[in-house]
Amino acid sequence: MLLACPPVKPAPFEYHAPERLDEAAQLLAEHADEAKILAGGQSLIPMLALRLTSFPHLVDLGRVADLRGVEQANGSVRIKAMTTQAAIEKDASVGAAVPLLAKAIPLIGHFQIRNRGTVGGSIAHADPASELPAVALALDASIEVTGKGGTRTVAAADFFEGTWTTAMAEDEILSAVSFPTWSGTTGFGVEELARRHGDFAIAGVVAGVELDGSSVKRAAIALFGMDSTPVRASSAEAAVTGTSGAAADLEAAGQAAVAELDPPTDIHGSSAYRKKVGAVLVARALTQALEEARRG
Amino acid sequence: MAEFPVSVTVNGQARRGTVEARKTLADWLRDDCNLTGTHLGCEHGVCGACTVIMDGVAVRSCLVFAVQADGSEVTTIEGLAAEDGTLHPVQDAFQKCHGLQCGFCTPGFIVSVASFLEEHPNPDDTEIREGLSGNICRCTGYQGILQAVKMAAETMQSA
Ligand SMILES: Cc1cc2nc3c(=O)[nH]c(=O)nc-3n(C[C@H](O)[C@H](O)[C@H](O)COP(=O)(O)OP(=O)(O)OC[C@H]3O[C@@H](n4cnc5c(N)ncnc54)[C@H](O)[C@@H]3O)c2cc1C
Ligand code: FES
Ligand code: FES
Repeated sequence: MLLACPPVKPAPFEYHAPERLDEAAQLLAEHADEAKILAGGQSLIPMLALRLTSFPHLVDLGRVADLRGVEQANGSVRIKAMTTQAAIEKDASVGAAVPLLAKAIPLIGHFQIRNRGTVGGSIAHADPASELPAVALALDASIEVTGKGGTRTVAAADFFEGTWTTAMAEDEILSAVSFPTWSGTTGFGVEELARRHGDFAIAGVVAGVELDGSSVKRAAIALFGMDSTPVRASSAEAAVTGTSGAAADLEAAGQAAVAELDPPTDIHGSSAYRKKVGAVLVARALTQALEEARRG
Repeated sequence: MAEFPVSVTVNGQARRGTVEARKTLADWLRDDCNLTGTHLGCEHGVCGACTVIMDGVAVRSCLVFAVQADGSEVTTIEGLAAEDGTLHPVQDAFQKCHGLQCGFCTPGFIVSVASFLEEHPNPDDTEIREGLSGNICRCTGYQGILQAVKMAAETMQSA
């Protein structure tokens, strides 16, 4: 028999479904710290269901048409926040312009999650083990943040402040992310270690290289799952730049990438284990990137 | 708490109701539409038992609030077989390949696989395993399920 009053899991909340970005910003300003944005819901709804968190007001961005879509111009791809991860995964022209997105997105959860989860939500949520924040950091993406007073742009390097914590104020909305397109002889690689396909990574690396003849002209490397934010591995980038990318160079870059890190310990791996794995993954991601670049 | 009107086309049939905003699509389908084929395992996104097709793509109905589904088209496990009862090729293959034992996970698997095969009509083993990774089965050991996906892919391609 069905229960007379069927159970619901989350605590009650007021639901708002604005159709315009300025309306959404207005609602957030009005309800200040009592309101939370609902995007794809693939991280927020589990937290509400488990009652790890609750908010008196949810502002659903799902009906804001102006927050969906992709624009390519001036050497970058601008993805509006509510564009789903699946939409980007299936967009071959985005994949050609920013190959790291095409390589990283299939590693996010499962296809059912990516059908709802958004690009903006993933970056705004700022889970330290997430793929897209690391891609944004490695590529120096610019993040557009909209509040009642207008839109400002934050560099990815200044955006991630800690676990689930960003440079956005409580009443600001991540409205779009622009990923620069690399030109020249380039290649990209993504490597992660997870217990099963679709699980959050224990450790992961995204990397890009540009070649000048046979030597590395520029490198971009970011690690995830290794700290409370994604980490840019500047010393590893410096270590590999100017080399021919031989095995020993890549190994040195891997060591340089983890030298200063003190990764978390949890049931999936100790800090020392993550460091070891991180170094190996840097070398593998660079190998993948170099092979792609050399194929032309 | 305020209640919100929702109107969703479920398995081709218009369904209307009012819901509290915190009610999930899964609970709405089960409690308000009496469509209990959609199962709830974990209720926080990890098991896949609650998978339905919403506006053409597979989603976890425990991670969608019913209010968010207002205006959409939803297909549940009850909507896959033909009106005369002829099973969907994926249902048929699960039966023939012993892709189920207790059956609790089965609606989620079948809806997921039906949607997966629309997008990957000719998947290799790696693709199938990735496609199945979002659904958990505690009984079968997955081998029968893997076989069923292969059989269904063949049937659907030759259809
Ligand atoms: C089983 C499972 C496996 C997963 N595996 C992975 C994985 O391997 N890698 C991974 O990266 N993710 C994974 N995820 C999370 C998934 O990618 C989420 O979709 C994503 O983290 C959040 O995006 P969302 O659109 O669903 O946001 P929501 O869940 O709606 O929101 C998440 C948070 O971000 C805030 N927010 C969302 N959008 C905005 C915005 N535009 N402006 C300001 N704040 C905003 C919300 O207020 C909320 O606090 C997994 C989820 C599940 C359920
Ligand atoms: S019940 Fe929805 S994923 Fe488990
Ligand atoms: S058949 Fe029992 S859980 Fe899958």
